[in-house]
Amino acid sequence: MNWEIYADPLFRLPFLAGLLIAGVLPVLGALLMLREEWLAALGLAHLATAGALLGLAAGIPAMLGASLGALGGGAVKSLGGARGNAAYGFMILIGWSALLLAAANTSAGDALGQAVMDGQLYFAGWTELAAAVLLTGLAVTALPRLMPQLLRARFFPRHDTANRLPAWRWHLGFDLLAAFGVAIGTATLGLLGAFALILVPAWAAFRIAPGWAWTLWLAGLIGVAAYLAAFVLALGLDQPFGPTLAAVCLALGGVSGALSRPAQGRGGGT
Amino acid sequence: MNGNPAAPLLRLEQVVAGYAAPVVGPVSCSIQAGDVLGLWGTNGSGKSTLLNAIADAARICSGRIERAPNLTLFYQEQRPVRLPAMPLTGRDLLQCAGVPSHRQPPESLSQHLNRRIDRLSGGQYQLLCVWAALAGSADLVLLDEPTNNLDPEHERLLAALLTQPRAHRDDGRAVLLVSHERAFLDSVCSRVLELIR
Repeated sequence: MNWEIYADPLFRLPFLAGLLIAGVLPVLGALLMLREEWLAALGLAHLATAGALLGLAAGIPAMLGASLGALGGGAVKSLGGARGNAAYGFMILIGWSALLLAAANTSAGDALGQAVMDGQLYFAGWTELAAAVLLTGLAVTALPRLMPQLLRARFFPRHDTANRLPAWRWHLGFDLLAAFGVAIGTATLGLLGAFALILVPAWAAFRIAPGWAWTLWLAGLIGVAAYLAAFVLALGLDQPFGPTLAAVCLALGGVSGALSRPAQGRGGGT
Repeated sequence: MNGNPAAPLLRLEQVVAGYAAPVVGPVSCSIQAGDVLGLWGTNGSGKSTLLNAIADAARICSGRIERAPNLTLFYQEQRPVRLPAMPLTGRDLLQCAGVPSHRQPPESLSQHLNRRIDRLSGGQYQLLCVWAALAGSADLVLLDEPTNNLDPEHERLLAALLTQPRAHRDDGRAVLLVSHERAFLDSVCSRVLELIR
């Protein structure tokens, strides 16, 4: 391996942007998994990718297009009450169809589409870093307020209706935060790299954590560890970043799965 | 909540409730602070529908339901939410339910506080959820078939929670309890209302 490459200033911005995203997406993933909505992340990632390409075709920066695509999907999902596998399947199909059609019919679309599929982190610059800082700030600010409401709504689902509380506010708030996170993650780490960070660390933490606070910390730590390992491996071995990140996430998930015991024979997965 | 302790927390006047079509009613009753009111009826008599109507989750076809101003409710459904994996401890669950941290559950439940709730038995989990409802700050607690999943030992514990001396609970709280087990209702409720289909 070429160790000098890690000291190259060219990779500092991508590294920092990816590191922040790798700490936030698994926490969002844990909440999505608790709501049994992890498949929604894949739908939002496809919509973000399609939004990035369609945005480019319309002269809008890719990051803005990705955010608009995912936020639009998140808002429609939340306000329309679209939940469940069928709704998420439609989101994936709509995003995939728009993505490939935009890629085939725009000049820069084909290359960008391939880059998003590969997850070329190293193209990230100040825009991606600024978006990652914004995402982290939003998550740190909003999640402590949203989390108690979301947990109560999950385990005591009649509570908000019975007390005539405006539950749509915190559901919409979280859906938009998740959509924004997926959009930034997809634009920076690639479609399946971002999805792997949402799904696998949360899945592993759900199996081994002794409580909810541990779940959030473990998910974040597994995400960051997977990201650091993938960064070193992809750069040192000249591999595409997204698939490397997904592979490392899967390896860590496999290790945690082997170490854990299913929750009282109920499977431990969601 | 209502500042007048004599005023009812909840008043039902000739309420007919249902979903697409009426299921239950007409029912009239009122619940005062400190009441433990039982709702008894055979399967399909509309007990749960009436609770849903009180909790704004079913349609009121006619009549009306009056709540005391700023009344807070806690509604424990017939089947507590049970996910394939729930990495929360009993203590986490109580926090979700808004139970103040200084309120300690009975010994039989406190041993579960540091365990993951997906590793509790159905009865243990059910009882923990009911205690979360009773120990929170709600003025009116709605319990739908809380004896489900409970073996005789856990049912005795539930009865003890519901009939504990008022000095050990919030005096302003009332409970509306639905069950098809008449003997259980007779043993824990201050009044029992029969629903006849």
